[in-house]
Amino acid sequence: MNKVIITVVGKDTVGIIAKVCTYLSESGVNVLDISQTIVSGFFNMMMIVDMSAAIKSFAEVSAQLDELGESIGVAIKCQKEEIFEKMHRI
Amino acid sequence: MINIGEVIETNQMVEKENLDVRTITLGISLLDCIDSDLNKVNENIYNKITTLAKDLVATGEDIENNYCIPIVNKRISVTPIALVGGAACKCPEDFVSIAKTLDKAAKKVGVNFIGGYSALVSKGMTTADENLIRSIPQALAQTELVCSSVNVGSTKTGINMDAVKLMGEIIKETAEETKDDDSLGCAKLVVFCNAPDDNPFMAGAFHGVTEADAIINVGVSGPGVVKTALEKVRGESFEVLCETIKKTAFKVTRVGQLVAKEASKRLNVPFGIIDLSLAPTPAIGDSVADILCEIGLEHAGAPGTTAALALLNDQVKKGGIMASSYVGGLSGAFIPVSEDQGMINAVVDGALTLEKLEAMTCVCSVGLDMIAIPGDTKATTISGIIADEMAIGMINQKTTAVRLIPVIGKGVGETVEFGGLLGYAPIMPVNQFSCDAFVNRGGRIPAPVHSFKN
Repeated sequence: MNKVIITVVGKDTVGIIAKVCTYLSESGVNVLDISQTIVSGFFNMMMIVDMSAAIKSFAEVSAQLDELGESIGVAIKCQKEEIFEKMHRI
Repeated sequence: MINIGEVIETNQMVEKENLDVRTITLGISLLDCIDSDLNKVNENIYNKITTLAKDLVATGEDIENNYCIPIVNKRISVTPIALVGGAACKCPEDFVSIAKTLDKAAKKVGVNFIGGYSALVSKGMTTADENLIRSIPQALAQTELVCSSVNVGSTKTGINMDAVKLMGEIIKETAEETKDDDSLGCAKLVVFCNAPDDNPFMAGAFHGVTEADAIINVGVSGPGVVKTALEKVRGESFEVLCETIKKTAFKVTRVGQLVAKEASKRLNVPFGIIDLSLAPTPAIGDSVADILCEIGLEHAGAPGTTAALALLNDQVKKGGIMASSYVGGLSGAFIPVSEDQGMINAVVDGALTLEKLEAMTCVCSVGLDMIAIPGDTKATTISGIIADEMAIGMINQKTTAVRLIPVIGKGVGETVEFGGLLGYAPIMPVNQFSCDAFVNRGGRIPAPVHSFKN
């Protein structure tokens, strides 16, 4: 399993999840979990995805999601899971 | 599984609280570059650095992108050059040629700094050591990325007062040689007592002779993260305060550990240590002084400052030690003046003096750091300040250091601008009474009684 955390932060609008998920499915990235919340008025979504069957490299997915985010008007960040695992788990 | 709250917390630390990995430092042994022919030594050094470190910067950037954590600096530390150049260098000018080679190699691989233009003279100086020390002003004036350090004392050996005297003169000379840049050369020169072999932070980084051929050391940072965590426990007891610092230091250090392990794996270089330091920058919200204020002081320098810093330093270590498999370097809280907006404000408002800073160095991780003093300060006075700081290190069995910048042509009340991470500093007054007769005695101060633990 090659777990990656994708976070989407910005103003809530119609179709954010749809657009991100469409891109991920086209890239062979499997979504394991989605959760969302509102923090100080901003839409925050986190997806845990598995990239082990992805047809694109991490750098490519990261850059393309960044572009996608820009077109929707939200910030999309792609991070390998270990940074959260290390920081919050002993 | 990781939850959204944890993800948001981590990302806020990076985006709003200036969490970063301050440096990945690749330590490289140059002992196998030694030759009696100076040209050959220079060639060997250049080849070894540019081969071993060729992927350092790219790897660092790749790790940044993978985790969205800024790695501010990529640096190199090398074996103290006094040892490497000793056989080939017959005069200070010969050593300067090695400094230029280090600068060229550092630029070639794209690192921010290269440290190790150093001599270890805690008990005595060889001819090579002395030549290197005498070459420092020229070496720092003629290079951009080279950093220099001299270890003049230790708990085990005592203090080499001949070297302390010489370093007062060398700091003055370095200031003169770089006076067109507000004596910037002195910002790249540190005098140490009990210098560690595995410090990843500049200007004092060098690759100790006890180290392997190459090693990855990582310095973490995060004063802003600690400050924000403490905002939530205002008015609580010391127990709550200390627990909060510990937990935060743990989280910050874990990021450093991850980056270090990852860099080590990708570069195929063993992981050395994590340096658990709270290293401030001039950026707003990235200040150790602000943490002291959050603990309950009106300004850094107010009564209570030394105690607040002592507990901060200790809790940072306690939290960080469990987060990393190997801890070393300087580890603790840095208190540079010019690199910390809160410290600068404290000096400008008259809350913080050189004497109070000296007291704080008894409990901080290093010493008198990035302090601008008047350009007409006597060399012997600088030596006196160094001797005081070295004595604190020797007696307390801790690392201490002095990085003073006598700014040529400027006096108390004026400001000096170094730029970037080095920041800016108001010039601080220095005690005007003489210590000439003390500094001019010559010889060394014996090791303290508690060093005899055999």
